[in-house]
Amino acid sequence: MLIKSSDDGFIHPASSEITSRTIYEGRRDMLRLMAGGVAGAALASWAAREALAQAVPFQRPGKLVALPARKSGVAGAMTLEKVTDYKDASTYNNFYEFGTDKSDPARNAHTLKTTPWTVEVEGLVRKPAKYALEDLLKLSAQEERIYRLRCVEGWSMVIPWVGYSLSELIKRVEPLGNARYVEFVTQVDPKTMPFVGSSVLEWPYVEGLRMDEAMHPLTLLSFGMYGEVLPNQSGAPVRLVVPWKYGFKSGKSLVKIRFVEKEPRTAWNKAAAQEYGFYSNVNPHVDHPRWSQATERRIGEDGLFAKKRKTLMFNGYEAQVGQLYAGMDLKKYF
Amino acid sequence: MQASRVLLHPAAKPVLFGAALLPFAWLLVGAMTQQLGANPAEHLIRATGDWTLRFLCLVLAVTPLRVISRIPAFARFRRMLGLFVYFYAVLHLLSYSGFDMAFDVADIARDIAKRPFILVGFTAFLLLTPLAATSFNRAIRALGAGRWQWLHKAVYLIAALAVLHFFWMRAGKNDFAEVAVYAVILGGLLGWRLTRFMKKKGIIPASPGLI
Repeated sequence: MLIKSSDDGFIHPASSEITSRTIYEGRRDMLRLMAGGVAGAALASWAAREALAQAVPFQRPGKLVALPARKSGVAGAMTLEKVTDYKDASTYNNFYEFGTDKSDPARNAHTLKTTPWTVEVEGLVRKPAKYALEDLLKLSAQEERIYRLRCVEGWSMVIPWVGYSLSELIKRVEPLGNARYVEFVTQVDPKTMPFVGSSVLEWPYVEGLRMDEAMHPLTLLSFGMYGEVLPNQSGAPVRLVVPWKYGFKSGKSLVKIRFVEKEPRTAWNKAAAQEYGFYSNVNPHVDHPRWSQATERRIGEDGLFAKKRKTLMFNGYEAQVGQLYAGMDLKKYF
Repeated sequence: MQASRVLLHPAAKPVLFGAALLPFAWLLVGAMTQQLGANPAEHLIRATGDWTLRFLCLVLAVTPLRVISRIPAFARFRRMLGLFVYFYAVLHLLSYSGFDMAFDVADIARDIAKRPFILVGFTAFLLLTPLAATSFNRAIRALGAGRWQWLHKAVYLIAALAVLHFFWMRAGKNDFAEVAVYAVILGGLLGWRLTRFMKKKGIIPASPGLI
């Protein structure tokens, strides 16, 4: 069918109809202004909702490819705390494959080759599979989640991650009845990771979760942060984020997810079993043998002379994950 | 001799004094202009500790340098370098007390009792204090050279404790590369003294020219 149109492509709105740039750019302020009571009451409540929904807690840094996501509806997944500056979050990292100083990864991780990338899901599952990153990205809807991150060293950040619950992936591969733990194996490539040869840890870096922990909706398979794909130093192209455990439990640059029957030996546990337990839940009542875990310093916020803030049980996610450990002696299973 | 002339120059001491203050100035400016990275408190605590160890290496290098080079003028700088060890140790302790413990004395006392590596560091600091306090000429005269020297031998114990403190601190990361550097330098400097001592006592034969 021929669609006729009189539009020759040169019909434009009259200049008077075009919203002026200053008003366009100030539309958020206008919404807030309306919410403030300038508009009618009905309109005001609508505007208030709009203003709240639109208020972005962080700016996209504009350094890497955007990774669009919808806000997560998972309970506890959207803390309202001030988000850490991207600069701090992307230059203060522990990623020993690229050096042990926290400024090393940002300097050295540019060598990491993230394409092509595959993640192998294997072990005690009905449907083992090798996922190309592109397919993994599309496996479930990407969500934005703002999590607290507590490092075992006594500092913390607030990071807006992008990803989806690991349980989405687990459900697809159909674990067998005897799959009680999940092991996460991370990339090990001496050619691109200069410190993999060092004796600090056993490589590859391996982490693990109990099945119910891995299935918890807060356990995130993450592909991005701050609205963009992950920078290499933060574990590109895909990593784990387990917000109620110390940061080292969240493996970076994952290449294998393995379902096993026995509790896996994890990297830090192998290096110093008396200091780093398998569970490593954030717990202000169980100190590290060499320092207190009762308090923490929030990076970029707490001034030099500010008293450190109190660390919360399960990093503040007790309401969501506390029941996973009901009846467990957390001093013994630290 | 050229080297002696430089070392004996009236400006030599002020120049060294200024140079030894540079790390402090650097950290101060860095802290004020927020150039110390994401965790300035940690940076200050670690950097002041590093500089304490570096000055400890420097001051312990003075005598070997003097003897091996046969330039007595090196000895002029020993006291000043020793006091800079104490200066950076004080800054290190203050940074820890202030930035990590918010100057809460009870918390600090608990921390010292609880964490062995803090206890070791604090002990080294306590031992260093009488050495700094007896650095001026009147104290040396009052104590008498023999007793003064005996007291200041504590620096060897302090060096060992300082390395142990650093070793323990790094043990968490299994990362001993830097610790090893300091251990080798300080061990070498102490080893040189031990060899010299044994040669003097005739325990091992003296090689001409070295002492």
